This record gives sequence, C-alpha cells and structure tokens, in this order.
Amino acid sequence: MKLYAKYIYFLLKSQLQYKASFIMTVITQFIQPFALFAGIYLLFERFGNIQGWTLYEVFMCYAVVAMCFAISECFARGFDKFPDMIRTASFDRILVRPRGTILQVLGAGFDIKRIGAFIQSGVVLVIAISGVDITWDFTKIIMLINMILGGTVIFTGVYILQATAAFWTIEALEVANIFTHGIKEHASYPLNIYPKWITVFFTFIIPYGTVNYIPLQYLLGKIDGTGWFYALVPLMGSLFILPCLLAWKIGVRKYSSAGS
Amino acid sequence: MRPYISLLRVRFLNGLQYRAAALGGLTTQFFWGIMLVFIYKAFYGDAASSNGFSYKDIVTFVWLQQAFLSFIFLYDWDSELLDMITTGSISYELCRPVNIYQVWYVKLLSKRLSRGILRFAPVIVLGFLMPRPYNLSLPESPVSFLLFLITLFLGLFLLVAISMLIYISIFITMSPIGSVGLFGIIGEFFAGMTIPVPLMPSWLQNVCMVLPFRWTADFPLRIYSGNIGISEALTGIAVQLFWIIILVLAGAFSMKRITRLSVVQGG
Repeated sequence: MKLYAKYIYFLLKSQLQYKASFIMTVITQFIQPFALFAGIYLLFERFGNIQGWTLYEVFMCYAVVAMCFAISECFARGFDKFPDMIRTASFDRILVRPRGTILQVLGAGFDIKRIGAFIQSGVVLVIAISGVDITWDFTKIIMLINMILGGTVIFTGVYILQATAAFWTIEALEVANIFTHGIKEHASYPLNIYPKWITVFFTFIIPYGTVNYIPLQYLLGKIDGTGWFYALVPLMGSLFILPCLLAWKIGVRKYSSAGS
Repeated sequence: MRPYISLLRVRFLNGLQYRAAALGGLTTQFFWGIMLVFIYKAFYGDAASSNGFSYKDIVTFVWLQQAFLSFIFLYDWDSELLDMITTGSISYELCRPVNIYQVWYVKLLSKRLSRGILRFAPVIVLGFLMPRPYNLSLPESPVSFLLFLITLFLGLFLLVAISMLIYISIFITMSPIGSVGLFGIIGEFFAGMTIPVPLMPSWLQNVCMVLPFRWTADFPLRIYSGNIGISEALTGIAVQLFWIIILVLAGAFSMKRITRLSVVQGG
C-alpha cells in the first residue's frame, strides 16, 4: 500500500508538470459528459418520463455510473494501457521485480486528469439527490457509498479482463470498449427499459445492475424490502472482481514475452 | 491534381488493410445501435410519433448513424497529424512541393472513406435483420435514396473541412485533447449525433440550422427515411455546397497564415 502511494505520488507530480495541457484536459473531461447529460435532459423535456422513471431518478442512475467510471479510469488506467506493455515486452521487467503484478500495473498508470469527469459526475449526483424525494437514514447513506465502491470495483474488473485478453491477442481489444464506455453510456438508464436478456446479462454476468438499478429501486421507494439487503447488493456485485483476478493470474502464468 | 489523387488511392488501399480493427469497430457500432433503439423505444412507449419524428424514423436514423459513423462522426484522432504538429516534424511536411492543406485534407478524407467502406455493409445488413420494430427499413423512394447518397458524400466533404479547421486550431491551442475533444463534442451535439435534431426544443433546432454541423449528419440521414422531403433536400444540397466552399477557403487561408507564423516545436 505504501508502495502504491509512492507510485501515485510520482505520477501525480509528472502529470502536473504540463500545467496548460493539464487544465485544458480537465476542462474537456468536465464538459464532455455534458453532451450526454444534455441529451438525456432534452429527451425528458420531450417525452416526460421513461417507463415511469423521472428525469432526476435517471440522473441518479447516470451519476452513480459516471462517478464509478471516472474513479476506476483514474486508478486503473494502467490496465487500459497494458496491451502496450505486452507488445513492447516491458511487462518482463514487472515480472522480475519482487512485487505483485497487479500492484505494479496499477501503479504504472494513475490518471489525475479524470478529476474533471469525477467532478462532473459529482455535480450531477448533487443535482439528482436534490431533485428526488428520499428520506435519508444511515442505511441509505451506506447504500449509496456501497454503490459507488461496488461500481468502481466492477469497472476495474472489466479493465483487468480487457487487459488479460491482451495476453492472448497481444493487441488492444477494441470490442471490450462495449463493456466500459458502452456501459457508462447505456447504464444511464434504468435496466428495466431493456429486454430481459440484457437485464439478466448486466445483473449476473457483468453485474453493474447491482450498483445502480437494483439498489436505486429501493432508494427511490419503487419497491419495499429490507434496507440492509439492498445496501449489501452492490458488494455482492463487486465479487465480480474475483474471477477477473483469477483470469489475470492464468494470463500471467501463460505469458511468454513478445519482445527481444 | 495528380499527386492528390494517387495519395488518396494509396491511403485508401492502406486503410483497407485494417480488417481486424474494422471487425471490432462494427461490433461496437452494432451493439451501440441495439442499445439506442431500445432506449428510444422506452421513451416513445406506445406513441408512434413525436414532433413529426416517428419511431420508425428514429430507428432508421440510428442504424444509418452507426453504419456510416466514419462518414459523419466529427471526433477523429489522427495521431499522425497530431504528432506532426506537437513534435515539430511538420517542418518536413512544409518542405514538400505540395499544398499542405490539400495533402492533409486528402489524408483525412481517405481514412474516413476506407473505414466507412469496410464497416458500413455488415451493420446495414444486421440492421435489416433485426426484428420489428427495431429494424432498419427500406428508403422512402428511389429518389430519396439517391439524394441520401449524394448528401452523405457532400456531408463527408464538409465534415473533413470542419475537421481540418479543428486541426488547424491545434497550432494555436497546442492541446490536441482540448481542440479535438472540445470542438468534437460541440460539433457532434449540433450535428444531431447525441440526440436527433427533431427531438430538440425549437430554439436549439434553430441554432443547429445556422451552424454547419447538422448538414454533415442530421440532414443526409433524415432524407433516407423521407423525414426530409425531396424539395427540401434539393435546397439543402445548395446549403451544403455553400458551407463546403466557405470552410475550405477559410481552412486553406488560415493554414497558409498559421504555417508562416508558427514556431516549430521540438528540436
């Protein structure tokens, strides 16, 4: 953990060297999601609601996922760049060091520029919370925190899977973007608007439904139930990371260097 | 003219080599299309039409949008050109006995052409094969189909002209992410790529009408489904030509000025 903090410290330092570029990127990151955000807003202005979900409820859905995405992109950026490591065989260097591979790959890419996207999702979350009618109690606050934690873990899991695929393909797998950027865009809406098979897929296979749709139903008073159960659902979803880590382990064992 | 045509040909053939990337790309596009038609279905509910834009129109719009993404999507990250600007190797480019605006224009155009040609057909076929009401329908009439093709290509020329202005702006901002990202996102929105223009409130539609962006995407795609009629399409073609001329002239002029004034980066 101390080592990881050191990694982050140095990456942070290096990224803040280019000030103008840094500010420009943060601003872009901040503004970019607003197009999607504005799109959702305008569609609601035109149609009123989507399958019984109102604008602010959908904003809530959107904000949670966008926030998880921003956090995981900030920390798990290393896995995003991992195919390059395989191609240039710089992964060899990681293997000979006496530390875990996950830690080192995580430490290779920490991207503070995502703070723009993070702030944006925070703003939307505040707007959404002020717009919906929730009587907050301890359980519900824990639930919200768990949603964000769980979602971050799930996205990180997808990144790890995407990186793991590179052990076999040696190149970046563009298709995997469906599950990172695709989810970010389409999880803005509650899962019940999609056909059953999509709902099932995103509840049990890549379980991002467990971090927004299912707990939000309870949080927004759409279904009754035990609060504690729904607060724990996101954590169950984050178990998704275990098979991802396993796949990673298998990939590392299988790895044979591509460089010379 | 000869060197530009052969450059176009070589670049085009070169672009056709990236078949694996194309397969990945079109899978993504197909997935995107599916999700979008479901989202719009949920919004429309049982209503057949909203503001003169029917669900059938929007499904057609979505599938064409996904199929021809390379022809209408403003965001374009050409690392070759970007590196040239930020690392200073543009100085070599300036030494060549060709017009740099035209060379870059051809490069961007041929990349989009080869990408589009590789990717559009499977998405179109899959779109047709989708179950009703999620499927792509046939064009309104042979005439609207012909007009769709013409306006799509004119739109592509216009899009590359806009793209060129974005690249030129990097000479000033020196931030590729800022220029390409920011202008890209604004342009996409007003092109009707985030949500279709007819679903926007009327004041926003008016803004779209005076900007060049919608003529690259919104306009051709809606001709196909007959949502934009034939006479309106014909006047639109004149507008497209007008914008192409204006923006190409503006781009060529500012390119000339800026390359004369610019300080070459790097050592």
